[in-house]
Amino acid sequence: MGKTLFDKVWEAHTVRELPNGMTQLLIGTHLIHEVTSPQAFGMLRDLNLKVLYPQRTFATVDHIVPTDEREEPFSDQLADAMIKELRKNCADSGIKFFDIASGKQGIVHIVGPEQGITQPGTTIACGDSHTSTHGAFGAIAFGIGTSQVRDVLATQTMALRKPKVRRIEVDGKLAPGVYAKDVILHIIRKLGVNGGLGYAYEYAGSTFDNFTQEERMTVCNMSIEGGARVGYVNPDQTTFDYLRGRPYAPAQSEYDTAVARWKSFASDPDAKYDDLVKYDASDIAPTVTWGINPGQAIFIDENIPAPGELQEKDRSTAEEAYAHMKLQPGKPIKGTKIDVAFLGSCTNGRLSDLQEVAKYLQGKKVRSGIKAIVVPGSQGVAALAESMGLAEVFRDAGFEWRGAGCSMCLAMNPDKLIGDQLCASSSNRNFKGRQGSPTGRTVLMSPLMVAAAAVTGEISDAREIFGLS
Amino acid sequence: MALTKISQLAGTGVYVPGDDVDTDRIIPARFMKCVTFDGLGEYAFYDERFTEDGKPKTHPIDDPKYKGATILLAGRNFGCGSSREHAPQALYRHGFRAVLAESFAEIFFGNAITLGMPCLVMDGRDIRALAALIDEAPQTEINIDIPNSQVSMADVSFPAKLPDHAREALVDGKWDAIADLLEGLDAVKSTADKLPYMRVA
Ligand code: SF4
Repeated sequence: MGKTLFDKVWEAHTVRELPNGMTQLLIGTHLIHEVTSPQAFGMLRDLNLKVLYPQRTFATVDHIVPTDEREEPFSDQLADAMIKELRKNCADSGIKFFDIASGKQGIVHIVGPEQGITQPGTTIACGDSHTSTHGAFGAIAFGIGTSQVRDVLATQTMALRKPKVRRIEVDGKLAPGVYAKDVILHIIRKLGVNGGLGYAYEYAGSTFDNFTQEERMTVCNMSIEGGARVGYVNPDQTTFDYLRGRPYAPAQSEYDTAVARWKSFASDPDAKYDDLVKYDASDIAPTVTWGINPGQAIFIDENIPAPGELQEKDRSTAEEAYAHMKLQPGKPIKGTKIDVAFLGSCTNGRLSDLQEVAKYLQGKKVRSGIKAIVVPGSQGVAALAESMGLAEVFRDAGFEWRGAGCSMCLAMNPDKLIGDQLCASSSNRNFKGRQGSPTGRTVLMSPLMVAAAAVTGEISDAREIFGLS
Repeated sequence: MALTKISQLAGTGVYVPGDDVDTDRIIPARFMKCVTFDGLGEYAFYDERFTEDGKPKTHPIDDPKYKGATILLAGRNFGCGSSREHAPQALYRHGFRAVLAESFAEIFFGNAITLGMPCLVMDGRDIRALAALIDEAPQTEINIDIPNSQVSMADVSFPAKLPDHAREALVDGKWDAIADLLEGLDAVKSTADKLPYMRVA
C-alpha cells in the first residue's frame, strides 16, 4: 500500500513516541512574528532554556506594522514595544530577522516562500493559524499556539497526534473570472467550517496541477477556515521552478539532488486516504461571503439563503449573521453598498494577485466615497509591483498604495474599519470585529471582485464590470 | 517539571450560548498588543460585553447571578479561527478553569490543555440541560470528574468526552508537554541529522 506525502513527511520527522501516545515531531523550519512569540521567549527565559536551532528559525514583523507611517518609533506605543521586543529576542538568540530596513519584511506566509525557506518534504510551524499556506510546496505546516512556539524554540519539536488525511480533488478548468480564492471558498462552503477537524487536506486534481504556485498558496492558506490545520499540494515542476534561485533554496549545484529528494515525498499513486471528495471546477463561480464565517458563502448571483433553506444546525449562526451583516435573507448580495475595499493579506497579497487586478483596472476609477487600499504582502512584492508599473495603475485608479503587512486583515495596526462600514476584502476571515471595528462588516472575495466592488461602490460581478466571459 | 495533577474540578458555571465562537470574539485582536499575557483576563469576550464606547452590555459572564463562575459552557466549534493562545489565556485569567462545549476547534483545544484548562465535549442537549440547572441554582457547584469523564451538578450527571491523551495528560500532571519534549533532545538531534535541509544553515 502506498503512502501519502503526509505519511512520508511525518515519518521522516518523527523523533519518538511520547509516553502519552503523542508523537514528538521535529519541526524543521520555525517562522516567528511579533504577536505570538514574545510570551514564548518569556517562558523560555523563565525556564532557563535557549533556542535550540536558531539557524532554522526565521522572523518577520507583519501584524502590527503601520502601512503608511513606517518610521520608528511607531505612533502606537504598544506596537512599537512589540517590534523592539522581537528585534531584541532575535538578536539575543541569533535568529535571522527580516526587519523593515531589510527590504524583505512582509507577512510571514509570504516571506517564507519568497525567500525559498519554504520547501517540499519539510515540516514548518508558526504561531499563526494560516501557516497551512506553506503546504502549497508539499510541506507539512502547522499553525501553533504560543506554548508550542516555546516548545519549538526550546526543542525544535512539538507533541502532536497524527491527523487523518482527506484528499480533495478538483478537476477541470476554471471559467474566466473564477480564481483559486473561489475554489477554497467553495470547498469550505461545501465541507463546512469545521468539516476538516482532525484532518489534513491534500488538494489534488487537474485544477491544482494547472495552478501556479501562488494559486496553490491561496487555497492552502484557508485550509484552517475549513477546520483543517494542515493543507498541502504535492510538489511538482511548478514548485521546483518557483523555488529555483531563491535566497534560501538549495544552491544551483545541489538543486537536482534536492529536486529528486523532494519528488520522493509526493503521495504514491496507490496511497490510502481516510476520505476523498471531488469537485468540478466548472461548477464554481465567483464566490462571496454573506455572513460571519467563511463557510457562509454564495455565488455572486445567488441570493442570501433564507433560514428555511438552511440546515437546522446552521440556523442560529445564520440569525447572528443576518443581524450583524444587516443583510436581508432571500435577497441578492449583488448590489450591496460597500464603504471600503481591501486588497492584500496572506491569502491574496502576492504579485500575481496584484498583476491580475491591474490588468483589468487600467482606465477604471474607484467610485468616489469609497476607501480603497492595496497592501502588498511583502516588501519584495511591493518592489516588484512598483518596478512593473502596477503601483501606478492602482494609484491612478484611486487606490492607496501602502507598505507591506497584514494591515486590515485583522486591524492590529492603524488600518481599521469605522463603525459598521462594509468592506469588500481579499482576506480570509469575516469574523465579527475582525477588521478592527466590533460592528464592522466583512465580505470575503477574490482580488478581482474586490476591484469590481471598489469601482462600482457595491458588491458586483467582476465578470460584468471588466467584460470577462 | 512537576505540574498539578488535574483530576477533579468543582466550581459554579455560566453558559455563553452560540456556535462557532471564534478566538477573535474570545479576545479581539487589538488586545493582543502585548508582550506578556498578564492582564488579558479583563478583555475576555470584550466586544460582546461592552459597546464601542466602553459601556457594559448584558453578557452572561457579567451577570451578577453567575458571579465567580469558573466553568464555561459553550456551543459547537468553540475557539475556531486564529491560533492565538491569548484566547485560552484570557479565559483562564478571567477565572475559568474548564470549558464544556459541544465541540472544540483543534488548536484552541490543544492550547487550553497546555494551560491545564480541561475542555470536555458534551452532547448539545446535555449542555442545555446543564445550563437550565445552572439557571435555577447558579451558586450550586458543578463537579467535573476527569478520570471518568463525567460532569455532575446536584444529583444529575452527564457523560462527557475527553480524548485519552488529554485525560491522561491532565490526570498525570503532564499537560504541559515541554518536560517530555526536553527529555528527547538526543533523539531530536539524530532525527535532524538525517534531514539534509536541517544541516543547511
Ligand atoms: S494577513 Fe491576516 S491572516 Fe495572514 S497572517 Fe496576517 S493577520 Fe493573519
